[in-house]
Amino acid sequence: MGVAEKSVSELQELLVQKEVSSIELTKAYLERIQRIDPELQAYLTVLEDQALVQAAEADRKIAQGELLGSLEGIPMALKDNMCTEGVRTSCASKMLENFIPPYNATVTDRLRTAGSILLGKLNMDEFAMGSSTENSYFAKTRNPWDLKCVPGGSSGGSAVAVAADEAVFTLGSDTGGSIRQPAAFCGVVGMKPTYGVVSRYGLIAFASSLDQIGPLTKTVRDNALVMNTIAGYDPLDSTSVSFEKPDYTKFLINDIKGLKIGIPKEYYGAGIDPDVAKGIQAGIQTLIDLGAEVAECSLPHTEYAIPAYYLIATAEASSNLARYDGVRYGYRAEAEDVLGMFKKTRAEGFGQEVKRRIMLGTYALSSGYYDAYYLKAQKVRTLIKQDLDKAFERFDVLLSPTAPTAAFKFGEKSANPLAMYLSDITTVPINLAGIPAISVPAGFVNGLPIGMQLMGKALAEGTLYRVAYTFEQNTQYHTLKPKLSGEVLTCGSR
Amino acid sequence: MTISREDVEYVAGLARLELTEQETQEYTEQLNSILGYAAMLERLDTDGVVPTAHAVPLHNVLREDQVRTSIKHEKALSNAPDGEAGFFRVPKIV
Repeated sequence: MGVAEKSVSELQELLVQKEVSSIELTKAYLERIQRIDPELQAYLTVLEDQALVQAAEADRKIAQGELLGSLEGIPMALKDNMCTEGVRTSCASKMLENFIPPYNATVTDRLRTAGSILLGKLNMDEFAMGSSTENSYFAKTRNPWDLKCVPGGSSGGSAVAVAADEAVFTLGSDTGGSIRQPAAFCGVVGMKPTYGVVSRYGLIAFASSLDQIGPLTKTVRDNALVMNTIAGYDPLDSTSVSFEKPDYTKFLINDIKGLKIGIPKEYYGAGIDPDVAKGIQAGIQTLIDLGAEVAECSLPHTEYAIPAYYLIATAEASSNLARYDGVRYGYRAEAEDVLGMFKKTRAEGFGQEVKRRIMLGTYALSSGYYDAYYLKAQKVRTLIKQDLDKAFERFDVLLSPTAPTAAFKFGEKSANPLAMYLSDITTVPINLAGIPAISVPAGFVNGLPIGMQLMGKALAEGTLYRVAYTFEQNTQYHTLKPKLSGEVLTCGSR
Repeated sequence: MTISREDVEYVAGLARLELTEQETQEYTEQLNSILGYAAMLERLDTDGVVPTAHAVPLHNVLREDQVRTSIKHEKALSNAPDGEAGFFRVPKIV
């Protein structure tokens, strides 16, 4: 087995024991990206020279016995909506095709300070709008488990890079499921933390009251390790939550006896693949066998979450994306006068889905419709949050499939935007309520991975890690790897 | 409620988007379909429900007004499609 398949915790050990150097490790990843990424297209930018310089620095620190960062020498990659100073950050949009941020996002800085190596920037749906990564202006990222299938979205590149061992871990962002759904589709672990736990400073905004950054990893332990580095109050993000950050690895306890788990019945509504439901049922049984107390519960306003979400998210997006006017940065189309320049710049710089959402959001906020749509949606948001608050009076954790189906084929849903939106039913309520949720590998349907979503109350990431870890330690799904053409990866235990 | 072609053109103007004929048609259909679906929210009685703008209750976040270094002028202009002599240049406004 090659080093590229190893987890953060395994590699930390090897690096400190000097059994492998960060340079060797980084080269192994760069070589692998060069070999398999032309097929998978997870990366939009690969930073070969910069990564090797960072790796050399890590090796020097290790050799000289200096104090090491929490992720020293570990190669990772970022979704291309997180600002990296001096490195193009495109949001997978023509609008930002040549945008070189003059500053780092807080997560970029924290990961650098922790000593991790930035391999590159990852593909996504344009401006994080989509559930399949098909909306990227640049490339179609393929699911390593079946190249005819989408990787999910919007953090499709982030999920594929981890699943195909093109990075040890990655960061994604989640506005309505964009970390969890691709994690499920690609068979990796993806955490959407509580709103405000990870700084959004330098994350290119989609819907500011819903956006949250989180890690995608091969194991639950790695996820907790990365959260230890990126979580925490940031004065540069005025919506950042001030809280006492725990050591998330302390929650990695292989025991859930007596823990109360609720199964919201509305998350099993129309559109759910019976095989996915069966797979999750088997996962629930595993947790029962391990001593969890499981009962059904009801979140009665769930069906209203999709329309409420799409009104709120698009309204916020229409406002956030007003800044792309061709004046200060980004694409500009030439025109006679300034209004013409704005309109043409935006018409040519944005893709179809982004324009559709700007139109929807602008309509929902426009005079005469504000109360009927935007304000109504915000009231419904309150009801959805109350449903969840009530459920957490009885349960420690709620559990559902992460997505109603496994990965779908390219083009299968792109013709019908509404159908694509409806597949987000299990993930959007979590963003509306601002609570944390994690997707863990929970089996396969026709050779494609499925994910189990665990949801907790605000700041209960630790409880989610405990349940996810226990599930992972008692199942084998996370040890299976996709087979890619041109090479045979070890299947089975790592 | 139906959204007309004129509504779509009006909203496109507000959003500063120049739409092609095909886009105008498509968005008219799609906005009708999506907002038609969203109309289900009307079924829900929300009288007296307080709207949630943010899941985490936030109050004004204030800090001391201290002089600090900020982004350098050249850096701020480094991505400008058209910049000159420390300014952003745009086509004529009036």
